[in-house]
Amino acid sequence: MAEVSNSLSLVTVVLFLPVVGLLVLLFMREKTQLETIKWTAFGFSLATFIASILMLIAYDSGEAGLQLAERHDWLPQFNISYYVAVDGLSILLVLLTTFIMPLAILSSFRMGVLQERGREKLYYIFMLLMEWAMIGVFVAQDLFLFYVFWEVTLVPMYFLIGIWGAEERIYAAVKFFLYTVAGSILMLLAILFVGNKAGTFALPEILAMLQSGDLSFPMDGLLSTQSLLFLGFLIAFAVKVPIWPLHSWLPDAHVQAPTAGSVVLAGILLKMGTYGIVRFNLALFPEASLDWAPIIAVFAIIGIIYGAWVSYAQTDVKKLVAYSSVSHLGFVVLGIFALNAQGIQGGILQMVNHGISTGGLFLLVGMLYERRHTKALDAFGGIWKVMPVFGGISLVVVLSSMGLPGLNGFVGEFTILLGSFGSEHFNGVLYTFFATLGIILAAAYMLLMFQKVFMGELDKEENRNLPQLHWQELAVLIPIVIVIFLIGIQPSPFFNLMDASVGELVARVGEAATTIASAAP
Amino acid sequence: MESIPRIVPLVVVFPIIGLIINLFWGRRLGEKGAGWVASVAALLSFAMSLALAGYLVSNNFQAAIVNPPLIGEWIHIASANVNIPWQMRVDTLSVTMLLVVTGVGSIIHIYAIGYMHGDERFARFFAYLNLFLAFMLILVLGNNFLMMFVGWEGVGLSSFLLIGFWFDKAKGEGLKNSNAAKKAFIVNRVGDFGVLMSIFLMFWTFSTLDFFKPGEVVNTHLAEVSHGEEAAAEEAEAATPEDESHDAEAAAAEGEHGEVVALTSNDHLELSEMGVFGQAERMLEDNQDVTFGPITLSLKTTITLITLFMLLGVTGKSAQIPLFVWLPDAMAGPTPVSALIHAATMVTAGVYIMTRSNVLFVEASFTSFLVAIIGAGTAIMAGYIAIAQWDIKRVLAYSTISQLGFMVAAVGVGAYSAAMFHLVTHAFFKALLFLGSGSVIHGMEHGHHHVHEDEHGADHDDDFDPQDMRFMGGLITKMPLTYLAYIIGTLALAGIFPLAGFWSKDEILADAFTHGSDGHADGWIVLVLLLLAAGFTAFYMWRQVEMVFHGKPRSEAAAHASESPVIMTGPLMALAFLSIVGGFLNTPSILGLDQIFGLHRMTTWLEQSVVNAHAGEFQPLIAIIALGLALGAIAVARSVYGGEKAVTEDGSDPLAKGATAGLWQMAHTRLHWDEFYDAIAVRPYNATAYFLANIVDWEFLHDYIHNAIIGRGFKGLGDVLSKPVDLGIIDGVVNGVGSVIRRLADWMRQSQSGYVRLYAISFLLGVVLVLIILLIPMINQ
Repeated sequence: MAEVSNSLSLVTVVLFLPVVGLLVLLFMREKTQLETIKWTAFGFSLATFIASILMLIAYDSGEAGLQLAERHDWLPQFNISYYVAVDGLSILLVLLTTFIMPLAILSSFRMGVLQERGREKLYYIFMLLMEWAMIGVFVAQDLFLFYVFWEVTLVPMYFLIGIWGAEERIYAAVKFFLYTVAGSILMLLAILFVGNKAGTFALPEILAMLQSGDLSFPMDGLLSTQSLLFLGFLIAFAVKVPIWPLHSWLPDAHVQAPTAGSVVLAGILLKMGTYGIVRFNLALFPEASLDWAPIIAVFAIIGIIYGAWVSYAQTDVKKLVAYSSVSHLGFVVLGIFALNAQGIQGGILQMVNHGISTGGLFLLVGMLYERRHTKALDAFGGIWKVMPVFGGISLVVVLSSMGLPGLNGFVGEFTILLGSFGSEHFNGVLYTFFATLGIILAAAYMLLMFQKVFMGELDKEENRNLPQLHWQELAVLIPIVIVIFLIGIQPSPFFNLMDASVGELVARVGEAATTIASAAP
Repeated sequence: MESIPRIVPLVVVFPIIGLIINLFWGRRLGEKGAGWVASVAALLSFAMSLALAGYLVSNNFQAAIVNPPLIGEWIHIASANVNIPWQMRVDTLSVTMLLVVTGVGSIIHIYAIGYMHGDERFARFFAYLNLFLAFMLILVLGNNFLMMFVGWEGVGLSSFLLIGFWFDKAKGEGLKNSNAAKKAFIVNRVGDFGVLMSIFLMFWTFSTLDFFKPGEVVNTHLAEVSHGEEAAAEEAEAATPEDESHDAEAAAAEGEHGEVVALTSNDHLELSEMGVFGQAERMLEDNQDVTFGPITLSLKTTITLITLFMLLGVTGKSAQIPLFVWLPDAMAGPTPVSALIHAATMVTAGVYIMTRSNVLFVEASFTSFLVAIIGAGTAIMAGYIAIAQWDIKRVLAYSTISQLGFMVAAVGVGAYSAAMFHLVTHAFFKALLFLGSGSVIHGMEHGHHHVHEDEHGADHDDDFDPQDMRFMGGLITKMPLTYLAYIIGTLALAGIFPLAGFWSKDEILADAFTHGSDGHADGWIVLVLLLLAAGFTAFYMWRQVEMVFHGKPRSEAAAHASESPVIMTGPLMALAFLSIVGGFLNTPSILGLDQIFGLHRMTTWLEQSVVNAHAGEFQPLIAIIALGLALGAIAVARSVYGGEKAVTEDGSDPLAKGATAGLWQMAHTRLHWDEFYDAIAVRPYNATAYFLANIVDWEFLHDYIHNAIIGRGFKGLGDVLSKPVDLGIIDGVVNGVGSVIRRLADWMRQSQSGYVRLYAISFLLGVVLVLIILLIPMINQ
């Protein structure tokens, strides 16, 4: 295991920079310093991004274990510590968070609803709070610390939706809150059980104990201890992802959230669920993961097809994109439960890809909304002619989302499906056959959306004089387009970052599989 | 000489540069500038392709594998043994495709400068054309199936963009165009699903997706090439008509080598040092089993599955039964697009990839049988439909589907060389015919405008359609150059001796005959169906010639049509020339022609990279029957449509009445394929989508489950907790927290206060649980 230090780690710097920004904002006056507030918020999120790049430079991709770790006692009487670090499973997600947040904040500058409802300072404070909590989720190595961050993310998102959302924002905010909290209570129980039994909440220590046999969770049947613990974590994560059929909070939250809220929600927040599955379910409960894999993969595949099919019938652009997440994250979950290196690496990369492309789609929908104040598909048509640059960028993002080879989405989906096809833990050929059908359905709903918005005759008077993209909007979209191409054409560096860590995880699951096989009569 | 293959990335880079220039500065360049930037990019790629062809000739056909600088790696997962690079392959097969794509492509680019004149998105059109070229070249140059797939879907994207190029046309035309574009993409995605499945199968069978690996001998069946044959082969390549320039190069190179001793076997290589095809051949020797997780299949079965899935992709991209339905609609794109993408190049990708994978198809006899039947069935079905269409481009579209059927059927009977030969000649004459039809449409539109300028203010005949052959007639005098080109194209397509189509079609028929004689039933089926299809071909083409060019003008527009500018007729002449001489690329030994043009040069050239390529034996009897059928069909068409009879008084087809009415109507309604798919796929899909979205997802999951179960459950739990627990012990502790939440709630001025209480309680519940369970270890102590 990598050495754990008490001194300040870059991870802590990345984690707390948004908090520093938040504190600075507290001392500003909304009435007189609004511009400064906006740019300060943006500045700190950008600084966080730069710090995370430094962290990336300091990171050694050849090593599997935790790096840049920092640990202090927090609640020593309960064996709870402030323990943060990154490894190959999390570093990309930290980078995704720090990449998306400045864009989300910058895109907020032009959000009409902020001027309408006011309280802009509070809004930016919530955004930075959100960033802190999400990074915290990805870097926490202590189960309890993880849980704290996990719950904290709820608060700013609850208010982002509840204060600056659309008409039915309260309903959506409460629903979002209730579903997630209901899921997390089970996880809390599981965490407390594990921490109590191990005598520590530090994940690396627990894993070492599992490895050495000092600690074990009996796994004999789907109702044994390990299986129940596995489900405790899984249900919390499944609500967040969301895995079909636990997705019914998602369309409300997405449709009601303000643009930047949807971007954060789809771009980052949902990945906390899939990340949690990889980090905790697979690592802590490999035997249960093996047993549950064929079942969960079926849910994932239903999600892929169901999400795509339901997207196709939507009349609201934002809702269409929201349901597409159910389909896309189905791919991620399928990859994870293929339990091989291809599947898991594809899954992690696809988390990033989905963040980029679906985040991008929500940004685009938001820009349309600012111009037309509607999200109804029927209100558009022929927009490409009025806004050619916007149309072109939208096309790239749409294609990325539907997995055009050469762009990022394809690399993730392909690797996932490659993994699931060769999975030894379920009928890979059959499963992948159905999952791959998802790419046909993806083309159907994505192109339908693109056609309805951008193609056809420009027959509506309101659409004739839409303003071109503002430079701030371009500044938000161009980084997204660049990353779409970058990952699409050169994904190897991204795979390299996680290769060692995923390799270790796969080996852990593989060991469990061998143990089970040898134990069987 | 050794460094020449390293230029191959440039073949792709030039169109990308053209694309970028036109995308960002196209408007500023103006029409001339934008058009020529794109055309020069295409021409430069063509020049590179010629250099590569020269390299192959002078280097004993040694294939080269090139890793492009800077971006060599693509999907590389070290621990999972996945390594799929960006890697290009220069061999006789890929260079054949390169020459066709860039050669015909350049001609069409130049033509389009004239055709697209005055279009408001002129530069964008050329940007898309370059985009298409780049993807098509990636498709043919990739040395692995996944890179091929990048091009494969990429050309689909370009096709989508170009079919929908006029997405904003008035009167619902724009919507129709964008529908056609979308249909093309989605139908092709069905095929792509098959390609992906076959890729997964291949990866888990061979652990690689590379066609070949460096140092591997491709065609181990070829004996060591003697010096004399080598020289002959070189001459063969030098005679390729579309490249005049490299004769000198080849000659210069001749002195340099000759002593190259190529290895003739791969026995010294490990399996992991070979690509998919080499491994397949080796593994088939002992037909090992392949395991995919819990499933174990024999290698033969696996290869059959691989090829079947690949065939699904082929039927999409190369417009075969059952996925051909997108191609007729694709004619919504501007005519140069139809010529380049939907006739000459993209749609042949399926034939290319099957030829590339010939090692697998030869082993999968069931798939090959199916390929043959699908190809021949498509050839005759589409040929039949083409007979009864009014739209000049739609006739050509069905003709293209039919001719692609010829190529696919050829692959099915193992005639890879004939398939590629027909692919090349078809590119010449079908591009010619499409560009010719474009010239006709252009002339008709011109005539239409001319008429309406005269009668200022008069009512337009709004049903005028410049593509409807009923409005044409007598264009021979108005557009003599276009007529000349069109006739050459027609005769070449109909397979009239000695034009290009005669030779390539005949080779397919002859191979089908041989295949049948070897005891394969599909050989005979293919032979009969293709002969009939060839008859249809000559018939519908001559019908078209009669309707468009002969007789008297049937509209004002036709009467005032004018010849197209040189920038359009020039390219027509170039393609007409190729359609005349293209057949001599692969001359059989007949009439002493092989003395002049060399014997089976294309086959000799192709067999360097296509293991199962073989020269078809010339069958005089078959050739005579085919020629007789074609001439007979032309004579019949002449007698039905000749003179003034092309269209009857009431504007219908002479065959639409009397004994042939039923048959004509069936062809005219295109056998109701679209309606069929509408009924079995599109409408059920839509209905299910609305059912899932509105009933299952919204009313049931979202509303019912939420309100009745989750909502009520929470409320019940909340009520229980709020009375004894909330009011009791905890109330005092969390009073502060509660009041904060209450204030927040008021401040949000929200109405559903019940919900806020619920959430407060659930939050509380979390806190309580934390406290209780954390206290347990304390109690233990």
